Amino acid sequence: MKNGTFQSRREFLRECAIGALAVGAGKYAFVADSKVNPPSVTGAKSKVVIARDPALYANSSNPDEARVQKLLDEAMQTFFQTSDPVSPWKKIVRPGEVVGLKINTIAGPGLSTHPVFVAAICERLQQSGVKAGNIIVWDRTNDELDRVGYRLSNDPNHIRYTGTDAKGIGYDETVFTAGAIQTRLSNLLTRACDCMINLPILKHHVGSGVTLSLKNMYGVNDNPSKFHANNCCPGIADLNLLSPIRNKFRFVVADAMTGCFAGGPGYKPQYAWKYNGIMVASDPVAIDHTAWQIIEKKRAEMGVNTLAQAGTPPKYIAVAADPQHRLGTDDPDRIGLVEI
Amino acid sequence: MTAPFLRRFILAIIASSVLSLATGCHRHSDSSASFFPESGEASGWTKLPEVRTFAPDQLSDYIDGDAEKYLQAGVRSTSTADYKLKDQIQLTVDLYTMSNSAGAKSIFESEPPMNAQTPSLGDAARLYSQSLIFRKGRYLVRMVAYQDSPELTQAMFNLGVAIEKRLPR
Repeated sequence: MKNGTFQSRREFLRECAIGALAVGAGKYAFVADSKVNPPSVTGAKSKVVIARDPALYANSSNPDEARVQKLLDEAMQTFFQTSDPVSPWKKIVRPGEVVGLKINTIAGPGLSTHPVFVAAICERLQQSGVKAGNIIVWDRTNDELDRVGYRLSNDPNHIRYTGTDAKGIGYDETVFTAGAIQTRLSNLLTRACDCMINLPILKHHVGSGVTLSLKNMYGVNDNPSKFHANNCCPGIADLNLLSPIRNKFRFVVADAMTGCFAGGPGYKPQYAWKYNGIMVASDPVAIDHTAWQIIEKKRAEMGVNTLAQAGTPPKYIAVAADPQHRLGTDDPDRIGLVEI
Repeated sequence: MTAPFLRRFILAIIASSVLSLATGCHRHSDSSASFFPESGEASGWTKLPEVRTFAPDQLSDYIDGDAEKYLQAGVRSTSTADYKLKDQIQLTVDLYTMSNSAGAKSIFESEPPMNAQTPSLGDAARLYSQSLIFRKGRYLVRMVAYQDSPELTQAMFNLGVAIEKRLPR
């Protein structure tokens, strides 16, 4: 992996014991603080965990339900240094909070956050004490959710699956200014949810180069097309700096089971591959930087030129880490990558 | 009917016919839904009823950041329909109407060919195990299947032929 940032689990634990202890201590405050003072700012490394299972799909078009649950547990338990699959979720969501799971469904059934992956997360959230009615799985439109296989529901006694365009939801009247662009945010984020877990997809993007956690917030606002200029830079970083997004963001659990190394963000099967992974982090910049390295590696393997050569370097990542944004770290020496 | 009125009526019909011929391509592009073959027209394929059409300023709602590339290449409209192959394989067909053939060609050639087959279809085509893309004149057609099967590649090609026949030069 580029820059030699990928380490074995043992090396990681030895080299960043302080960071691991901080995470391992499992104080909710660590995660809560991470959005304002990510580990990179506090001096610890930003941990990114990638769990992979080569048999995830077996011989099917869909990932195996039991293996997805197991892989999710491995990733979360490694990140939070616990042997218990439920306790990590207690460190992310406080009792009584309404949690929004921001999925990514714009590319349709082939390259969207898998329903089986979301189901595995909802299972653990409920076991950790979150009521079903306090979980909202959402994206921009009902149509996109429906096409990917989510059963739409707005029943407050059950897990809700809804788009911002559903009747009675829409965008908040408050107009925010992100850099030079005015925008409005989904009421699901600003009013319905107390916190948000980001569930993006590992994808190439023809504009930004990479789309994982930070770019997934383009599904939160009402005018994402306004943020695409100049390789989505500084649009992505500016949008993520808005207080409702920054303050409600808690954690990234990325569906990297199928990735896309070119032709993104739409689904083009010839550029998709089974990465068979789940990626987790509290630092959205560190995980995006890691996704960038994965995509570059796959492009090289497939004989496709680099993102820089293609004219789409993911320059938004460095901007998200700069002193004006401070959304996390893009410094490979400050990213502690654990692969399992 | 009086003679002057009859003359005006005949002249109006002639003028209307001339205008229709002159603007024929444009009228076709406005009814791109008709370019999608009906169920059974290509063996094994069932067309779902809905055809969605996106104007250029709505395209990013459908294909996110990809829209920029199509806008720069002069996209006029985009229509999409879903098909099923023997009730098992889901497939989406996107039909992009560009302002000219150069626009369709620029999109087609902007994508890495990888190890595509290049069947004779339209002006140029690339066929993969789960995808087919081809262009004809100012039209660009992309098919994407969400499952795989041994018969899919040939079936996609057959559906492509049925679409190609409907596209005007």
